[in-house]
Amino acid sequence: MAEQPVKHYQVGTFVIGNRLLDPDQRSVQARMERSNTLTSGHRACRGCGEALGARYALDAAMRATGGSVIAANATGCLEVFSTPFPESSWQLPWIHSLFGNAPAVAAGMAAAMKAKGREEVRVVGQAGDGGTVDIGLACLSGMFERNDDVLFICYDNEGYMNTGVQRSGATPPAARTANTKPVGSEPGNAFGQGKSVPLIAMAHEIPYVATATVAELRDLEAKVERAMELRGARYIHAFVPCPLGWGSASEDTIKLARLAKETGLFPVFAAEGGEVTAVSKIRRRTPVVEYLRPQRRFAHLFRPEENREVIDRIQAGADRNIARFGLIDGEGSGDV
Amino acid sequence: MERPFAITLEVGSSLANKTGTWRTERAVYIDRMPPCNDACPAREDVQRWLYEAEEGGAGYERAWRRIVADNPFPAVMGRVCYHPCETACNRGELDQAVGINSVERFLGDVAIEHGWELPAAAADTGKRVLVVGAGPSGLAAAYFLRRHGHAVTIREAGPMSGGMMRFGIPRYRLPREVLEAEVARILDLGVELELDRKVTDVEAAMGEGFDAAFLAVGAQIGKRAYVPAGTAAHVIDAVSMLRGLEAGDEPLLGRRVAVYGGGDTAMDAARTAKRLGAADAVVVYRRTREQMPAHDVELEEAEEEGVMMRWLSTVRRADEGRLVLERMELDETGFPQPTGELEELEADALVLALGQECDLSLVEGVAGIEVDDGVVGVGPNMMTGHAGIFAGGDMVPAERSVTVAIGHGRRAADNVDAWLRGAAAPATPERELAGFETLNTWYYADAPRTRRPRLDAVRRQSNFEEVVQGHDASTALFEARRCLSCGNCFSCDNCYGVCPDNAVVKLGRPGERYEIDYDYCKGCGICVAECPSGAIQMVPEEI
Repeated sequence: MAEQPVKHYQVGTFVIGNRLLDPDQRSVQARMERSNTLTSGHRACRGCGEALGARYALDAAMRATGGSVIAANATGCLEVFSTPFPESSWQLPWIHSLFGNAPAVAAGMAAAMKAKGREEVRVVGQAGDGGTVDIGLACLSGMFERNDDVLFICYDNEGYMNTGVQRSGATPPAARTANTKPVGSEPGNAFGQGKSVPLIAMAHEIPYVATATVAELRDLEAKVERAMELRGARYIHAFVPCPLGWGSASEDTIKLARLAKETGLFPVFAAEGGEVTAVSKIRRRTPVVEYLRPQRRFAHLFRPEENREVIDRIQAGADRNIARFGLIDGEGSGDV
Repeated sequence: MERPFAITLEVGSSLANKTGTWRTERAVYIDRMPPCNDACPAREDVQRWLYEAEEGGAGYERAWRRIVADNPFPAVMGRVCYHPCETACNRGELDQAVGINSVERFLGDVAIEHGWELPAAAADTGKRVLVVGAGPSGLAAAYFLRRHGHAVTIREAGPMSGGMMRFGIPRYRLPREVLEAEVARILDLGVELELDRKVTDVEAAMGEGFDAAFLAVGAQIGKRAYVPAGTAAHVIDAVSMLRGLEAGDEPLLGRRVAVYGGGDTAMDAARTAKRLGAADAVVVYRRTREQMPAHDVELEEAEEEGVMMRWLSTVRRADEGRLVLERMELDETGFPQPTGELEELEADALVLALGQECDLSLVEGVAGIEVDDGVVGVGPNMMTGHAGIFAGGDMVPAERSVTVAIGHGRRAADNVDAWLRGAAAPATPERELAGFETLNTWYYADAPRTRRPRLDAVRRQSNFEEVVQGHDASTALFEARRCLSCGNCFSCDNCYGVCPDNAVVKLGRPGERYEIDYDYCKGCGICVAECPSGAIQMVPEEI
């Protein structure tokens, strides 16, 4: 019997694999021969979003380049849990230097490869949000400005988790951290101006900027793959929930990443040369309370009674993202 | 080995660090009971055969083979089953239930078209089993008995096989060539069928060298409520009318026909009357629509064909060309009570569809067999009080439907086999139900149900062509792929992908599943939370 063309694939590309798709349409993570760049035995907490995000991104980079990747890593959870001397979980060439200089180290490695005439060896720099948004920002901006041939990936878990959950420039308003206690008239982290490194990167008009979450593997892999097709400075900002720092259940890591996108709090998009080229639309719009409530860092917004004023401000921020990035068809301009 | 300056230790892999020791709960794969399977009276493994059908192509034959492992009548089922599986389907809570019945019909039809054969009979055991009645229950029992290797003889009182599938279900719902194809496949397994051979004394019949008997004589005597009727009134019962039509003798009903009753047979009679040329077909039922035993789909199709309903009415009297009806009222317990208000209804014929009874003369006087309320009592193994005599279908206490009858035939055959071998009855392991709350429905693509086309209502009123048409290959595949695979792994690779510790091992190609590496599983539970079908669960570690 002839095979009929059918558009419906039961779970489509929402899942990791899907046996109904052709093997070459399946994700990198569905493959038995994936690199497992970050292998078992690492000391990340149960349900760590960053460990997952790093493997997703680097496995995709390895597949896109035929295994020809070197990584430079900033200090942070990712370095500490993966490489307590003399053990390492990394299954690719990997270097660690300091907290603030990973983009510069990566840029140097790319320059060295160029000098040696080995430009087929691709360089990835990576850091958490502390090493990217705060401490490493100067080096990163320099790397962007020089258009060094590096893909830099920030795994954003919204705080300094490794040193005991202190706030970073990426910590959201109202979140409790070790140094933004839920006390006083404005409990938790202050409503500051915020700091979007993806938009800062776009302002450098570098070849490629994208955001992604660990809840959308296909999207994340496609973005890494696109980044590896290009040369010059590229930046991916990956949203990776932290059960320890956020006070969430370990099994909710992917669910929270999904909710961050579905509420509009974390817009998922891609930009080339400073212009947004694609946004990932919201599939099932969800109010921010659904995202806030499962996290103990926001518990003070619900106890002793619901703090409507603060929740409404957070909702307004999400709604602004929806309008600004055009996350829902027909709502807002989408002109970032 | 010479180490670089200031390096004191060899570099090692973190694989030496067995993080599984952190665990307080472990993830464990589980096969839960899908609600469709649970609801199937014939115990079909619906989820499993849909899984095969989802692949299309060669998957269709595998799917069909999965069905006939439990039920030899897929093409019949796909037409006449009232599909309790769809009522139970979890997808109903998401958008609409999966059209399981329509996919089953598609597979059944493809099998007939391609001439796929049933699995062969097992090696001969030397035992002989008598089956009384060639209806769905008897034929199903014969099929499973042959697969156990027993010789089977079916004795049928009527002139043709099929029982109520032929004499009770009109051909616009079940074309006879479909029925005959599926019956022939069973007979081809070496079942001996003796037609026009009514068994009047089961013990005498068994004396002819049978080791066991399965009785499935059905219920084909129409109940006659007492309706005072004038000498010229035309009153017939629905079962005789449908049976007569099948035997080639068309009943004369007239232009206006009233049908008395509220079950599926009443609907069949009214729809048949329309097809025989009645301008008006009115169903008179003493209760309300909500209480009507007929299935919704039958009522809907009847109404579409112009059959009218007269709720809360009883027939007081029948005369030539007219009926006297009495309006009823529900009392507080929901029981209809007469109001004394009479009205007239013009009707050339009154068809009684008030239920059916069994002819149980064959078990009269058989020691141990208990008859209560017109049906024969059986144990959970389908055996009557008389050792070696089993019974099923409409003649035992249960819902009366083709699917239930087939389920009885299967269960009885398995138990006859166990009894003949002196072994314990085969036990089905209890499985936890895969409820909607065990699913992660985010992962399923949005896809509303495809509907089978129905024959244009006006056209179908006047002929006996099949009303509901089948799927083509692409819509059947679409429908199969709407299955959520509740409670059972369908190789989506989510667990393999989402583990932050690479502690899920993929064993091979789709279907070969996964294993958890407990050396490294920290027990975070992400795989459980992100499994679409609820096929993994967390179990506390013994500490």
